[in-house]
Amino acid sequence: MIALATIPVATLLVFFVLPVGGMVTRGLWVEGSFEPLGALEVLTRSRTHRVLWFTVWSAAAATLITLVLGLPLTFVLYRLRLPGRQPLRALVMVPFVMPTVVVGVAFRTLLAPSGPLGALGLDGTPTAIVAAMVFFNLAVVVRTVGGLWEHLDPRREQAAAALGASPWQVLRTVTLPALAPAVVSAASVVFLFCATAFGVVLTLGGLRYATVETEIYLLTTQFLDLRAAAALSLLQLVVVTGLLAAAHLGRSRREQSLDRSSARSVARQLRRSDLPALAASLLALLLVLAPVAALVVGSLKVGDGWGFDHYRALGSRREDSPLLVPVSEALVNSWKVAVDAALLAMVLGCLVSVVVSRTGRGRRERRTLAVLDGVFMLPLGVSAVTLGFGFLITLDRPPLDLRSSPLLVPIAQAMVALPLVVRTVTPVLRSIDPRQRQAAAALGASPLRVLGTVDLPTVWRPLLAATGFALAVSLGEFGATSFLSRAEQPTMPVVIYQLIGHPGADNYGMALAASVVLALLTALLMAVVERLRFGSVGAF
Amino acid sequence: MLSVRDLSVHFDGHPAVDGVSFDLPVGEVLAVLGPSGCGKSTLLRAVAGLEPLASGRVAYDGQDLARVPTHRRGFALMFQEGQLFWHQSVAGNVGYPLRLRRTPRPAAGRRVAELLELVGLPGYGDRSPATLSGGERQRVALARSLAAEPRLLLLDEPLSALDRELRERLAADLRRILVTSETTALLVTHDQEEAFAVADRMAVMRSARVVQEGTVDEVWRAPVDSEVAGFLGYATVLRGRPAEQVLAAGGTAARSVEVPGRAVALRRSALSRSSDGPLRGRVLAARVTPEQLRLVVDLPGIGEVHAVADPDAAVEVGHEIRLSVDLGRTAVLPS
Repeated sequence: MIALATIPVATLLVFFVLPVGGMVTRGLWVEGSFEPLGALEVLTRSRTHRVLWFTVWSAAAATLITLVLGLPLTFVLYRLRLPGRQPLRALVMVPFVMPTVVVGVAFRTLLAPSGPLGALGLDGTPTAIVAAMVFFNLAVVVRTVGGLWEHLDPRREQAAAALGASPWQVLRTVTLPALAPAVVSAASVVFLFCATAFGVVLTLGGLRYATVETEIYLLTTQFLDLRAAAALSLLQLVVVTGLLAAAHLGRSRREQSLDRSSARSVARQLRRSDLPALAASLLALLLVLAPVAALVVGSLKVGDGWGFDHYRALGSRREDSPLLVPVSEALVNSWKVAVDAALLAMVLGCLVSVVVSRTGRGRRERRTLAVLDGVFMLPLGVSAVTLGFGFLITLDRPPLDLRSSPLLVPIAQAMVALPLVVRTVTPVLRSIDPRQRQAAAALGASPLRVLGTVDLPTVWRPLLAATGFALAVSLGEFGATSFLSRAEQPTMPVVIYQLIGHPGADNYGMALAASVVLALLTALLMAVVERLRFGSVGAF
Repeated sequence: MLSVRDLSVHFDGHPAVDGVSFDLPVGEVLAVLGPSGCGKSTLLRAVAGLEPLASGRVAYDGQDLARVPTHRRGFALMFQEGQLFWHQSVAGNVGYPLRLRRTPRPAAGRRVAELLELVGLPGYGDRSPATLSGGERQRVALARSLAAEPRLLLLDEPLSALDRELRERLAADLRRILVTSETTALLVTHDQEEAFAVADRMAVMRSARVVQEGTVDEVWRAPVDSEVAGFLGYATVLRGRPAEQVLAAGGTAARSVEVPGRAVALRRSALSRSSDGPLRGRVLAARVTPEQLRLVVDLPGIGEVHAVADPDAAVEVGHEIRLSVDLGRTAVLPS
């Protein structure tokens, strides 16, 4: 069984470990001699301290706020019988797959001095960055905790209520402790995403507010200080691995302690005591809707009037355009790249999932499987910038000279999407009772037949959902792609970033229009995924 | 006293509980007995305040509970799988209602120890619920419910998830504990043995309605119809002529069942093999159990009936045997 894993492991070695390793060694070895202290010098710089501090506190603040808003929202969307629950769940999911650059543009439009919330004076402040992080990660909390909360047996809470516990006491002494593993797991993933956020911070923070991730980008591309960048990458790698291990522990504890009620919904009628939760949810939904609305409205604004001019401009290339190709061509290119990347991620991800979802025989095999499971989560936390730059410096000579290969970008994006595919498919495979496979085999089904008659009927929806998810992630990928895409074949996020980097109302308007188009495309994909009624997409 | 009047609960417009009324005096245990899906659990949840009432009322000691939320009713609810809090120890679980009430720590500790003693788990306080067997978990759940000193204890199939032997032992314990602690209890179950072992009174429910209510003995002796009789464990129900014949064979004047449509329910042991019995028939099936030989006998003019014989009696399929009737093990049904 473990032999199946050789292909994905080899791919991961060549296209993840090698580039990231190459990037790190480039910083630690100077002219052939190992000099780690030189690279560590970067950690003593005051700017680095500022960057580290900002990364930690902004991520911590964003995580906290995401939980405070996300938990009531989860409760409302998963435990109350409300009209429009399904579309609302889909709506909350959209930000998570919105391209980071698009989110950055949306928040800038919302908060700019001339924007709808310009009066708040939040443009270019850390508050804006934290708000954008919360916007992104609400979906993680809602999905991760919602999946558990939805099936939490209500009878335990009812027993407590019958023993005399008030609703608040039930929440504090029964519900929250039962949800704790999922909350911890969600919080660690949110913190991870916030601490490694790239596109949002780059578009909203500029040079003034940098996280470790954007600092790595600036150090490599602007200052060509590879040693410093390598040191930061290494530091990030260590911290991320630790966080992933913590999240993994939380997850395995949760899987053990799950005693779910039957599949039937346990949602109940609205009560007066739900008002605070409803209020918090409304706030969260506003946070999700406001930037999207600002984006759409902004894209339709032409001079002092309204119109589709910016959208029409996407189809052709103006003389003074900073772009080499029309935006429409970038869209086609983005889609082609995304299809390739999603296919690759699905093939690799399914192989990995099939392997890690099996229960190992004996302790050694089980441990190997656990390690494999963890290793394929690594791309989730390793700086996409590091990965992208690593691709450039390690895959540039025979036998692996991919600099001019059209596959370079899809491969990098597939590495980024891989953990999400694995996380989506593995739990489903695990949920199939192995005795069903044994029963099928005992009835005379060959292993292939077992796969087709037992596994496939259960996983085809999750597989389609994961494909849609991988497509969406790939469409929005910016960190690695910003290094790897070539000017004559850019992807949408790259084009949008270039457009907002150039002055002129037309460029900005086009950036907004392009953002809307890209966001629509990903939202459409997520709507299809949601139609498949498959709960655990994006649950970590 | 708990008093339920014309209580109805609807799910999507369909009645799950339809016009149920009963009283439960303080200190008594009432078992609501019925097949799965008859609405008995919904009735229990409605009494607990967990289901909105479509109509009717629930009152305790004259106070209408319509506007009293679950946690202020002073009841306790125990489920089939106990629903222990996994993140707390056994003592933490049992002491939960005491903490809600801010009972001082030493007093709470003593009370928890007392309750664990009462349910037969002394010294289990530090264990985690995950390390307990199913029966032990139910005992802890019971101790936790009793810690709340509920004026009414609601039990939802408390023993159904356990295996047979344990269920019988625990049912006797449950009766003893409820009587010792003078707890008023409403028990819901589909298992008539459980109801007989634990309850003073019994209400039989069928398709959302209570069809019979009375003391356990009353219900057992005089089921209202053949379905209730079947549910209470009567093996055979006969009508008309066959019913008259069996009663006559038992020594009753045939007059008592002359009313057309009347029926008589027979427990398995109402008919037993005896060499001078008045009924003759051919054995269709014979099965050995530890206590007795269980027979199916074809009686000419009456039909197939269940009967018993001594386990060492040499009775085989095809034999002609004689049966005698024990009227104490029959019940005449009004319909």
